[in-house]
Amino acid sequence: MRPFTYERAADPQAAVKAAAEIPGARFIAGGTNLLDLMKLEIERPAHLIDVGRLPLAAIEDTPDGGLRIGAMATNSRVAADPRVRGRYPVLAQAIVSGASGQLRNKASTGGNLLQRTRCPYFYDTRKPCNKRQPGAGCAALEGINREHAILGASDACIAVHPSDMAVAMVALDAEVLTLSPSGDERRLPLSELHRLPGETPHIETQLAPGELITTVILPPPAAGAQTYRKVRDRASYATALSSIAVAGGRIAFGGLAPKPWRAATAEAALAAGAAPQEAMAAELEQARSAGHNTFKITLTARLGATVIAETQASAR
Amino acid sequence: METTITVNGEPRTLDLDPRTTLLDALREHLRLTGSKKGCDHGQCGACTVLVNGLRINACLSLAVMHDGDEVVTIEGLGRPEKLHPMQQAFLTEDAFQCGYCTPGQICSAMGMLAELEAGAPSHAAGDVAARPALSEAEIRERMSGNICRCSAYPQIVDAIMRYAREESVAS
Repeated sequence: MRPFTYERAADPQAAVKAAAEIPGARFIAGGTNLLDLMKLEIERPAHLIDVGRLPLAAIEDTPDGGLRIGAMATNSRVAADPRVRGRYPVLAQAIVSGASGQLRNKASTGGNLLQRTRCPYFYDTRKPCNKRQPGAGCAALEGINREHAILGASDACIAVHPSDMAVAMVALDAEVLTLSPSGDERRLPLSELHRLPGETPHIETQLAPGELITTVILPPPAAGAQTYRKVRDRASYATALSSIAVAGGRIAFGGLAPKPWRAATAEAALAAGAAPQEAMAAELEQARSAGHNTFKITLTARLGATVIAETQASAR
Repeated sequence: METTITVNGEPRTLDLDPRTTLLDALREHLRLTGSKKGCDHGQCGACTVLVNGLRINACLSLAVMHDGDEVVTIEGLGRPEKLHPMQQAFLTEDAFQCGYCTPGQICSAMGMLAELEAGAPSHAAGDVAARPALSEAEIRERMSGNICRCSAYPQIVDAIMRYAREESVAS
């Protein structure tokens, strides 16, 4: 690990101010992803601002029947919250299908959203990667890419976003609140937080330097049943090959794209009366294989059709 | 950086390079070598300790992040002359071969049972809103962050079930 300096932020304002003023500064909350990458020298922050103990861990009802989840609330706490389990079961299911008990006890809500891809070529510093080194090329394009994206990828990057939690939150129409070094707060849909790679896969989100996620807001749950289902190589503690979150008429996929993938085409087809199978076919018209991941297209078509049909049936 | 961590009930003050992980602070600075370094990337669980009662991977946490925290390691659970009942259950059920993962398995099992008793959901249950009940399937799912390359998994499940039965935990 490269040397760095460390401070514990006194309050959110001090944290974002330090992040803007100190070159090479990064926030650290749970640290489960950042420290892993720092040991490999993929992440090389000069300064860490510990935001883990900021008073941003509360989970609170909103007046309209939604829920505010503080960015420092751990994944375990969010999954165990009775309001999440009762009103947003898709979110509890998604969280407990990800990582391990130890990691969920440490990982924060904000950090989960901002975790980096598990692409093995991103992790292998001997291989070219446009995320690690813009312009270096992408070893995954010609490599073993069965875990890689079929939606939203580019010629520069085919890595997938690894989160389960974020997939459920996108299906729940979550919004993200942030604090900027200027002191400004902004609110944006979670579906717009992550960028598609295009020519700049190293720029992964819409956040400005020093901007801190403080809260995730869930609107009141939409009418209808909710389901999260994940397909992976092992029964537990593995990232998704394909996963789906359904919340009423809203659908999102994980393991398929550089960001949690809101299936707007499938949703529109279902709303227009299409059968689940037809809706999935419409969504996957834009899917592209990278070589070894053609199976994901078939897998997702079947997974999506099955889970959408089951969720519709259980809501009746 | 000066950091004070209460380890197995005793406040310990250390002057640490910020890069020092909690695991290295325990092993290299406090000479508590029960917690093991397996992968050093949070994948194997051999470094599992209890921090403020919760199980975490000590390798994926900086010691300076734990100023003021209470850490319990395998040395704080039991001693050779006075084994913790979970340690005895691992012996009784022959739940290891090489033993390298065992301290992490035992700390993880203690944290896991506390989570189960508190009603925390897991992927093993069909209904996340329902209160979970102890079962072999629940143990396997909840212990998936602890790898045993000798593959003593069936006996580890048996040991945890034995402990829970004998101590009336999560019943």
